[in-house]
Formats: sequence, C-alpha cells, structure tokens
Amino acid sequence: MAKGKTTFDELLCKGCGLCVEVCPQKIIAIKKDYVTSKGYHPAYVTDSEKCTGCANCAIMCPDSAITVERD
Amino acid sequence: MSVVYQKSRGLTDVSTHYCPGCTHGIIHKLVAECLVELDILEKSIGVAPVGCAVLAYDYFNCDMQEAAHGRAPAVGTGIKRVQPDKFVFTYQGDGDLASIGSNEIVQVAHRGEKISTIFVNNAIYGMTGGQMAPTTLIGQKTTTCQDGRKEELAGKPIKISEMLATIDGAKYIARVSVDSPAHIRQAKKAIMRAFQTQLEGKGFSLVEVISSCPTNWGKSPVEALNWLRDNMIPYYPLGVYKDWEAE
Repeated sequence: MAKGKTTFDELLCKGCGLCVEVCPQKIIAIKKDYVTSKGYHPAYVTDSEKCTGCANCAIMCPDSAITVERD
Repeated sequence: MSVVYQKSRGLTDVSTHYCPGCTHGIIHKLVAECLVELDILEKSIGVAPVGCAVLAYDYFNCDMQEAAHGRAPAVGTGIKRVQPDKFVFTYQGDGDLASIGSNEIVQVAHRGEKISTIFVNNAIYGMTGGQMAPTTLIGQKTTTCQDGRKEELAGKPIKISEMLATIDGAKYIARVSVDSPAHIRQAKKAIMRAFQTQLEGKGFSLVEVISSCPTNWGKSPVEALNWLRDNMIPYYPLGVYKDWEAE
C-alpha cells in the first residue's frame, strides 16, 4: 500500500520536468506520446505504489499543478 | 489520506504565461503561501513590475497595482502611507529593480518604508528577449553581449542585497534560491521573516531570490537550475544579510 498519492492537473502542467528531477523515488516521468490541450507533454507517476508523499515534486512545481496526499 | 500539498488559495485559478520551468511560478507560490499562512491575504496589496512578472496582478489572489518600470517601490510607498493598516509588497525582477529602478530601491530602503520587496534575480532581461542586465555574470552570453559580459566594458554584476544591507532603514535583507526543494523551504522562511518585519512595523525588508531563465539562457529547465547552482550562487552567496532581531 502506497503511503502517498500524487495527482497532476494536466491543464496546469507544462512538462518542464523539474518534478522528475527531484523525486527521490524516481517514479515521475514525462508522457512523450501524449500532448495536452495546451500543447505540452505532461508529467505522470509511473509507479504510484512507491510514492511516499514527500511532496518534493509539488514544492518544485512552478505551475502548482501537483496535489499530494499522505497517510 | 490527507492533503499535504496543494495549490495555494493565495493564487488565482489562472494558468501563468511563464515559460515551462520558469522559477517565477515557484516564487509566486511561496509569496502566496506566506500571505495565507500569516492570514494577511485579505489585507494585502501587491505591486507588479514591468518585466516577465508584469502580469503578476492576474496571479495573486489579493489586490494588485501595476507600476511603471522600476517604480514599484514608489507606488508601494504611496499605498502604504495612505493605508498604513494594509500589507504592501512589491514583486520585481532584476531588469526592473537593479537597473532602471535602482534609485527607487535605494531610496525606499533609506526612508525605511514599511513595505516588503521580492527581488527576482535571474541575471538577464527575460520579457524583452534576453539582453544583458546589471546582474548578468562576467562571461555570461546575452543578446547584447554575445561574447559574454566583459568587466572592462560593463563592470561587475551588481550585488543588491549586500548594498542594501548597509542602509539603516533596511531591517531585513536576505538572499535565497529556488533551485531545490531544500532551498525553496529556506526561501519561504526568509519571505515569512521579511513579511513579519513589515507586520511588526520595523522598516523595509527585501528578499532576493536567485532564479532561472531557461528560455533566454538557452537551456532546459533542469540544465538552467544546474547552471544557476554552479555559476550564480558562487557569485551571489545565499544568506541573511541583515536581520533587525539580531541587531
């Protein structure tokens, strides 16, 4: 059971990749085969089971696109 | 599960116009979070600059006023003197504050105006297309110094925090960075402290935030933060340059 849950708001994400870089679990990636209505490749969680809810990604996100929940 | 991080209500629902990976968004979040946590959002009036953050008035969920280039400290002074019970902050970039507005920022500090300034230093003019700023590093290439800034032509980059810390009316001066989650947490503490300086009526406060400009630096957002860490922080050391409580 994952300790944390990370949700991305696709309409706010600009695919900058700063969250990918700071995730200690290395479970965030950029969806290269998908384009949002704004024309960006958005970030997503590759393995939600490993999320600890540390919120590093959300703290780093310049577009406030990430919501983090934790047990 | 409970929510541990979400978009601050100190920001509007508008999606920003900033380039992907621009750290203005991070700094906006920190300011908004501090206004909410200090419970002063409803009595805050922000002053937006000219530069990339010119549209900041659309993003902060409080009253905002746009100022002429570099004149945010004068506008902030007027607002604070007419409405001393309000919380007043200016949000300015390095092209705005350190160049055309350098006299304004020195005078506002000298007068000890009870306003707070967020000074975003990314060592370049962003909105106008990447020209050399007073804060551009020696050797850094911009559209107006294509072989890199030369000291013999343009002098050394101006260190605003060190300069303002020598002024009596300035009561809290700190330089922070937003290149990592740890530095972002420190930056938030500094902004909190600056805002408390105003709330306690001590005098002028300023937080210089070392920031990136991936687009005009010609780097990816991640590369830009690495460059910031390797080049900007050594020249612009982080830390608290003045704190009224320590005096």
